Amino acid sequence: MARGYEPRLNRVPSRWALIGIPAVSVMLGSMTVLIPQIFVLPLLPPFGLLLLLAWRMIVRDLWPVWAALPLGLFDDIFSGQPLGSAMLLWTLVFLVLDIFDRWMMWRDYRQDWVIAGTLVTVVLLLGLAIANGSGGDTNAIILLPQIIVSVLMFPLMVRLCAWLDVLRWTL
Amino acid sequence: MAPPSPRRPGFSRRAQYGIFASYVIAVAGAAFALLLVLTARFDPNGHSALQSILADMTSPISAAARSALASTGDVGESIGAYFNAASKNKAMAKELAAARRKLIEADVLRQDNSRLKQLLGLKTETFQPIARAALVSSTGGSSRRYATLSAGASQGVANGQPVVGPDGLVGRVVSVGRISARVLLIVDGGNVTPVKRTTDGAPALAIGSGDGRLILRPLTTGVQFKAGDVFVTSGSGGIYRPGIPVARAIDQGREGTKAHPLADPAQLDYAEVEPIYQAPPPPAPSQIGEARED
Repeated sequence: MARGYEPRLNRVPSRWALIGIPAVSVMLGSMTVLIPQIFVLPLLPPFGLLLLLAWRMIVRDLWPVWAALPLGLFDDIFSGQPLGSAMLLWTLVFLVLDIFDRWMMWRDYRQDWVIAGTLVTVVLLLGLAIANGSGGDTNAIILLPQIIVSVLMFPLMVRLCAWLDVLRWTL
Repeated sequence: MAPPSPRRPGFSRRAQYGIFASYVIAVAGAAFALLLVLTARFDPNGHSALQSILADMTSPISAAARSALASTGDVGESIGAYFNAASKNKAMAKELAAARRKLIEADVLRQDNSRLKQLLGLKTETFQPIARAALVSSTGGSSRRYATLSAGASQGVANGQPVVGPDGLVGRVVSVGRISARVLLIVDGGNVTPVKRTTDGAPALAIGSGDGRLILRPLTTGVQFKAGDVFVTSGSGGIYRPGIPVARAIDQGREGTKAHPLADPAQLDYAEVEPIYQAPPPPAPSQIGEARED
């Protein structure tokens, strides 16, 4: 099949792909809780948050600070947390990451992992506090497996985002 | 040289204002989100109404994924069933014979029971389920244990109605959309179910522990629950009719007796939504007062 001539140099990537692919990937991450399985334990890692952090670590100036608000709202629709929980916590994560960017100009991958792991742990614990404040009564120890899975999942999410990052420039 | 920070755009006033504005929006949005979270605490009804609108939009996705997964899952199971078919068949035949004997005994007991109830003049209420629906998804990432039921207000489901699976109590409806409803499972940390022991009717509270188990707290002192004790709803306080199987005790813990719910939501196909049970009214206060005066 003959393909039309496509310039391989000096190509302008699609603006939709540049902005859309990261946003859609985070939203799909938030939607993983829709898998048809009834969990009796909070085991599923917060894929939306992990992807958000991975994008933020790879492409620092991808999103303005307020981008966490709509993405968090979308996550709240699915997560079962009280509405506003992810909106609040994800925005705080972005603000904290801005402070980290000022502190540590040079960061390597492992430091990123430590920072992301700490932030995910804090977000999960604060999420538990919010859920408990609105009628739940769950012990924090129960989150331990979820926290471990989430922290170990982060490098995978970075790989995925790196792959998507190439895709969005070449699409 | 350090990578140029996107948050320090140099001397361009326009870029500086843009960044400042994005921070203002972020902080204002976070404050708004905090208010939303607080409504969940102080106005749960309004908050759950908001969430049920959103649940309506998402439940068809899980329902479709569920039916797709269920059909592939069946294939694996039916292939697996061919292995050990002969030995399984023998064991099942033996079980069937035992079950038949039990069934006859139960029939006799049921007849006895209805006769005795007639003698006592008790009226047996029959519960017609309001709706039958699948539990399509759950909040696997959150510490709250909600499941989404694929039936809503259009099928007659309303807030507070108990949801019962074939093996026992699953939970109760906490928010209703048009075509979906959110069910708070009995294993959720914020859910308390009044139960009683089947053998002697000793009352207890079954409190969800958030890890798929329940904690049983006896309501009377001096009662010790043993592993293997079975608990059913007591009907006190309304909502759940008496006699729905709830949990089986597994061991003594520090905080109370741990128990497994009898209905495993992970195995659940269909659940029935039942009408809210209203406990028979206590004797009128005037009669009590007269009795005291006498």
